[in-house]
Amino acid sequence: MARAVTTQHKTIATVAAWIVALLIFFPILYTIITSFKSEQEAIQGFNLIPSGTFESYTEVQAQSGYFKFFFNSVLLSVGSTILALLVAIPAAWSMAFSPTKRTKDILMWMLSTKMMPAVAVLFPIYLIFRNFGLLDSRVGLMVMLMLINLPIVVWMLYTYFREIPGEILEAARMDGASLWNEIVYVLTPMAVPGIASTMLLNIILAWNEAFWTIRLTTTDAAPLTAFISSFSSPQGLFWAKLSAASTLAIAPILIMGWFSQKQLVRGLTFGAVK
Amino acid sequence: MATQQTRSLARFMMAPSVVLLLVWMVVPLALTLWFSFQQYNPLNPIRDGFVGFSNYALFYSNPAFLQSILNTLTLVISVLLITVIGGILLALLIDQPMWGQGIVRILVISPFFVMPPVAALVWKNMIMHPQYGIFADIARFFGAQPIDWFGQHPMTAIIIIVAWQWLPFATLILLTALQSLDGEQKEAAEMDGAGFISRFIHLTLPHMSRAITVVILIQTIFLLSVYAEILVTTNGGPGYASTNLPFLVYQKALLEFKIGQASAGGIIAVILANIVAFFAMRAVGKNLDK
Repeated sequence: MARAVTTQHKTIATVAAWIVALLIFFPILYTIITSFKSEQEAIQGFNLIPSGTFESYTEVQAQSGYFKFFFNSVLLSVGSTILALLVAIPAAWSMAFSPTKRTKDILMWMLSTKMMPAVAVLFPIYLIFRNFGLLDSRVGLMVMLMLINLPIVVWMLYTYFREIPGEILEAARMDGASLWNEIVYVLTPMAVPGIASTMLLNIILAWNEAFWTIRLTTTDAAPLTAFISSFSSPQGLFWAKLSAASTLAIAPILIMGWFSQKQLVRGLTFGAVK
Repeated sequence: MATQQTRSLARFMMAPSVVLLLVWMVVPLALTLWFSFQQYNPLNPIRDGFVGFSNYALFYSNPAFLQSILNTLTLVISVLLITVIGGILLALLIDQPMWGQGIVRILVISPFFVMPPVAALVWKNMIMHPQYGIFADIARFFGAQPIDWFGQHPMTAIIIIVAWQWLPFATLILLTALQSLDGEQKEAAEMDGAGFISRFIHLTLPHMSRAITVVILIQTIFLLSVYAEILVTTNGGPGYASTNLPFLVYQKALLEFKIGQASAGGIIAVILANIVAFFAMRAVGKNLDK
């Protein structure tokens, strides 16, 4: 009897959860489906079965050079993440292993920079970028994205590094390991998983950043966020093309995201929820 | 001696991050503050000069200002309500034993990874479009007149889009918190005959309270600066009906070149964010101590 109730309970939960999950996922699913329709099909009302044409994909590439934007997105998100890691790893390491009275204050202050609304510094940044010739440059935007995400990167690394037992480092020090050896042979192997998680989350955040990437670029450095925004005014029949472009823009990061759910929770809550 | 050396090395290692963030925070903000007291128009450099608080007065007397503050708060509060309540319910549902829980989680979390312009455009064109959208199809199916979402209910439409993006985040965090709840405690409560509701109020909710706080605070930071979703859907309109504070500042700065007023608006946005940040820092800081 008890077992029957459990199975029944499980069935109801399964059905309910799947319905809700599919509803939430539906806009993405429908976008993917529509991307395989022709423009005519796309406006002929609700239809879940596409004819399976790839013409929207080839057209998106032919008309607007999708891959240039894709390449910029990859370069900007990976580049800014590597820059951020280079700057943040030493900082997080020293805060985790040689904490002082001020460490916590510094961490909190770093976090507070993340709370500055981007729009408040829009014009000064625009001016600085213009005067240094950085508007629409990949380097400028890469530095910008690095600065935006630096607090999160430092925090995430810090919460990971703090879990590495300090006794191991002490033991290495007792054995006379130099600081350099300590970092290379003891710390790095233990820190790699944390660094990888941080990297993953940061690439996702940089990929989807949609304020500076839109405002500070025009053509050369424009990533997918700016490319997609250019679809905001409809040009004739464009539903299938919009879907194809959208699918291409979100697919890589969606798949990466699926693998980083745990890191996401940890990174975005600054270690408060694990 | 060794510790002395380690300490100065530690300082040295921290320096790049600290200096970069310090420059990043101080220089642009100082410039914004300076501009907020200036008459400055890149297109008309003759009338430049110090004007005291008149930019603030102008920005404040602009009818769009109060509307934008109201829209900002409406957006933040509505999305918070939807995502927190929805997130708790969803987390409770997904936490039940079921088949294919992993896939359900993946489907639910997915919208969070969709970049804001894509999310907004997909909703605008595929779902809420008054002629070709799915909502219009559904309305016609029931013989009703399709709703012109962005013309008539622009804020509601934007709230729905933004809530769709953040509901997964709230759900994922709350689910993580829920799954760390001690199973033995749950069983003990069940044995004592506590029903689902009373277990939820006395055991589950207190356990999730910290996660709920974190969700509210982090979302507030991001929701205060929603931008791309408005840019690609309504462009702030009709009129100023869906203009929030960030969008108004953007319009003043880069479309109207009223740098002084835009900067004054920016400073107001900073003050608003600081009020929120004050509470956010305290909550996150507490978690650091344990």
